[in-house]
Order: sequence, then C-alpha cells, then structure tokens
Amino acid sequence: MTLLRHLAVAVGAGLILLALSVKVTPYRDYQIAEVAAYVVAVAGLTVLIGLSGQISVGNGAFMAVGGYAGALLLIHQSWPLALVFAASAVIAAAAGAIFGLAAARLRGPYLAGATLMLAVALPSLADQYTGVFGGDQGLSASITTPAFLGATFPPTRWQAWLTCAAALITLVLLANLRRSRVGRSWRAVRDDEVAAALSGLNVARLQILAFVVSAACAGLGGALLAVVTGIVAPGAYTLTLSIGLLTAAVLGGLGSLPGAVWGSLVLVLVPTYLTNVTASHGLSGAASSSVPIAAYGVVLIVVMLVFPAGIQGALRRIFGPAAPAAAVPLNALRRRRPASEHEEEGIHEKIT
Amino acid sequence: MQEFIEFTLGGIASGMIYAAIALSLVLIWRGTRVLNYSQGGMAMFTTYVAWLVIRHTGSYWAGFAAALASGLVLGALCERSVVRPTEGRSPLNSVIVTIGLLIFLEGLAGVIYGGQYRSFPAAYSLNGLKIGKFALGISPNDLFTAGAVLAAALALALVFRYTSAGLRLRATAFSPVVARLLGVRIGRVLTLGWALAGLFGALAGVLVTPSTFLYPNSMDSIFVLGFTAAVIGGLDSPGGAVAGGVLLGVVLSYAGGYLGNDLVLLYGLVVLALVLMVRPSGLFSAPRTRRV
Repeated sequence: MTLLRHLAVAVGAGLILLALSVKVTPYRDYQIAEVAAYVVAVAGLTVLIGLSGQISVGNGAFMAVGGYAGALLLIHQSWPLALVFAASAVIAAAAGAIFGLAAARLRGPYLAGATLMLAVALPSLADQYTGVFGGDQGLSASITTPAFLGATFPPTRWQAWLTCAAALITLVLLANLRRSRVGRSWRAVRDDEVAAALSGLNVARLQILAFVVSAACAGLGGALLAVVTGIVAPGAYTLTLSIGLLTAAVLGGLGSLPGAVWGSLVLVLVPTYLTNVTASHGLSGAASSSVPIAAYGVVLIVVMLVFPAGIQGALRRIFGPAAPAAAVPLNALRRRRPASEHEEEGIHEKIT
Repeated sequence: MQEFIEFTLGGIASGMIYAAIALSLVLIWRGTRVLNYSQGGMAMFTTYVAWLVIRHTGSYWAGFAAALASGLVLGALCERSVVRPTEGRSPLNSVIVTIGLLIFLEGLAGVIYGGQYRSFPAAYSLNGLKIGKFALGISPNDLFTAGAVLAAALALALVFRYTSAGLRLRATAFSPVVARLLGVRIGRVLTLGWALAGLFGALAGVLVTPSTFLYPNSMDSIFVLGFTAAVIGGLDSPGGAVAGGVLLGVVLSYAGGYLGNDLVLLYGLVVLALVLMVRPSGLFSAPRTRRV
C-alpha cells in the first residue's frame, strides 16, 4: 500500500510539473531542472544524515564523480540517456562504498573533517589528468532534444522533464527505502549504536550502505546537473557546493524527503531572488555581487534560529496533527537534563 | 639534503598557520561542542581590519594589534548573537548557523572592501635566509610566524594552567553540568572561549595573508587545512592541534616538493585517512570506548 501511495503522489507531482513546465518561460524551465537535479543530491544527503546519523560535508565530491562519469560516457559512448544516468549513479556509488569503508569508524566532527577534505581534494584530480578530464576547462556534457519533439521544442523544457522524472523516481525509491527494513535499521543505528548492535544489526555494514545510497544519489544529481549546465569543470565542484548541499538538507528538515525539495528550492531560488532584488535597487559593482551573498547568510541564520527543525518541521507544526518531533535524534538534551556525561558526549559526537 | 632541510623548515612554518586555525577550532569545540565553520571567515574579516588600519596609520604593528583585538571582539560577538540561541538544539543547527555566518562575513567583506585581490604586508622580509651559501628555505617572516604562533600557544597553555579563568575553561570543557553546579558562570566562559578562538584565527589571518593575498574567500583553503590539522591532532587536545598542524604542514611540504604541487590536497586527504584509520579520534585525544 505504501508503495502505491508513494507512486500516486509521484505521478500527481509529475503531472503538475509537466503542466508547469509547459506554461513557463525557458529560463524558468532551466531553474526547474536545476532544482530537480539538486533535489536528487540533497535527498540522498538527508537520508544519510537524518536516517543513519552520519554527516557528510563532502557530497559535492560524489556529485563530481557522477558529473564526470556522465560527461565521459556522453562523449565516448553512444548509450541511451537513462543508461548514462544509471551508470553515473553506479560509479558514484562505488566511490561512496570505498569512502564509506574507510570512514565507517569515524564519528561526528572526524567524519565531517574527512568528508570536507575529500570535497576539496578530489577536484584537483581533474587538473592532474588533463587528457582525460579536460583540466580547468572541463568537459562538455550537452545533450540534444529528441527528434520526435520537433525542432522548435525548447531544450530547457526537455532538460526539466528529464531531471524531474529522475528526481521523482529517486524520491519514490528513497521513500520506500525509508519505510523498509533498511530504513528502520538505520534509525536504530542512529539512535543508539550499541543497542542496534546488540539487536543483531551489522552497524558498520549499515553505515557503509547509507554512504553508498547517498553517493549514488549525489552521483545521479551530479550527472543531471552536468547535463543541465552543459559542462563539467573542477570550478563547479567547490567547497561552496558541498556546504550548500548540507545547508539545503538541514534547512529543509533533516531526514525528510519533502524537506529536501524545500531545501533545494531555497538553495537555487533564494540567491537568484536576492540578486534580482539588489539589481532592481540600482546597486552596481562590487556591492551588487556581494549584498546577495551577505543577505543569503542572514537568511540561513534566521531560518535556522526561527525554525530549528527546518522548513518541513515548521510546516508539520503548522499544518500537521500533533506531529512527532523531527527526525533529528535526541535533540534538546544539552545542559537541560542532568544526563550522564558519557551520554551527552556520545550524542554530540555522533552528529556535528 | 639541502632540499630536505628546506622542505622541512618551510613545512613547519606553514604548519604553524594550520596549527593556529586548529587551536581556534579546538578551543571552541572543547567548550561548546560546536564546530565553527566561520573561523576562516572571521580570520579573513579581521585581516581586512588590519589592512585598513595599516593603510591609514602606516604602521604594521598597529594593524597587527587591531587584528587581534577585533578577533577577540568578533569571536565574543558571534557567540553572544547567533551561536548562543542554538544551545540545547540539534548540533547541526549550530553548524548551519556558523555556515550562515561564514557566508554573511564573506558577503559583508565584499560589500565593504570590494572583491579584488589586495596585497598585505609582511612583518619581516620574505627573502630566504642563508647560512653561508646554504639556503634554509625559510624567510625571517616565516621565523616570526612560527614564533608568534608558538608564543601564543604557550601563553594559552599558561592561562589554562595558572589562571582562574583557565581553570574555569578547563572545568567547562571537562563537564559543563558539573562546572555549572559548582558555580562557574558557563555563559561567560563560553564567550571567553569564542573570544580566544577569534584571537587565534585573527593571528593566523595576519600571518598567512602576506603569501596568499587578501580577498573575501582568501581563508577558505587555510580553514580546510586547519580543520584537517585539528582532526589529525584530535579535537579535544590543544597540544594535538599544534602537532597536527606541524605534521600536516611538513607532509604537504614534502609532497609538494618531491611529488609536485598539483595533488597536494589529495596527499593531505591520504594523510588524514591514514591517521584516522589508526586513531579514529585523532592522534592525541583521550581514548574513549564506544563499542561493546
């Protein structure tokens, strides 16, 4: 039944998006495609952090793996698009498995440090192997609209269709995974590793699996984004990208798939909106490019202070029934409850 | 042989910068269990303050003092204004708030000072030192850098060891609950911790900027390396932060010198991975059992 309900919601959302994409301008279609590509990556990250309790500040690295894999396949093979995207996700998942194996023993800030370094270090490979990866210039990752749509069909609309379809499929798969045995096991590991291990769960394997799933999503998101922007280059996979993914996941509401959508909308639309507002007030030069950045920082701080459980948490509080607390484990314990030292430390070391 | 000495000394000099950033992260982590992602942004901002003061007064040391003072103030200000309200919530909230702070500071610096690259003066000559004909690979300014960070770290150790404020800092880091029960005003101690962290960040900023130029994102990569150094050393250990910084600096210097500069960050990742595989909580953190 759950599967059917998720499918029904996805089909409904797909129809709405289809109607929307036909109505709006090509530029809006481009934005829809961009948001959808980010949704895929952010959804994977929110599952990793919110469900399995591991943090990654470096999922931009897996987006880079997926993006380059997609671009290389598009250039050197004439595979159908769906296969290219699937292969990109699989290749990124393999990278996630390797990293997850190395990182399975790490917790909290140590995991954050390792993933952060991964995000910064990996793109430098593109500069080293210029012959394969095109160096600073990067590789082209353009696709053409299929012939049956006609010659005048706007390419951005086709990209919006592609990315939205991929995003909806990913969300349905993740929603089912969340409700499955694996999802429940992740939550058990997140809330108490020792108890989970005593119940017979293989903690390390579950944590690696979470990394694989999140890397696969990041890889698919990276390949989609590469197709939307038409290029992959090391300059696109900066620290800012990785931090942006983390921000979107937390801002939307950790562990929540609708939250991943809200977070991605904020990530893509708010900076654009702020830039437009700045421009319409007649600012120019350095101020016009910096004011939106500063304002975006303020937005992040304010949203986080006003809605500690993220946007989805706030929506749930306003519209939902007496909802259970958001998916963040055991929060609000700090210095309020005379818990034992060890316990307090454990909670904070787990996620930061 | 000469190359080896050059790379070693050069690595120690740049490692001291990472150590300063790592120390500032450790100071905050021990007190508040918050990872301050805005540390690099704060250091960038205080370096702009120093740049402004130097331009107006013409005195390097006035700028140096201004950077340290503004670091203290900025650290305390950030803690009181936006970090304090996240207390008692999910730790990821404070992570996002400090990321927001980083983005805000970088934007603000762009608004005030513009985005262009500016050169920043060094305290002493940047020309390499020599003993006879034997080049050492470091400059007088590198000596000053290493000396300044070492002196600051020693001063911090003395404060921790011998002053009552240091005792309160240690008590809070050891156990906030017990410290509060014993009458320590935890709120003030946390603000003090952030202020000291701001000071160390500011120190790193003025020391590294002569070799990197000054622009709104100028401290990003330094921050990542400082964070890596803190993780290598163990986030609970100030001594580990210094050791981690020097280790990372030396290894990156060898890697850059012998293997080429392109993949330096990747070698940094390898070092980090190797250390964490052996010691998942860093080299110098107290062992704590987690598994049954």
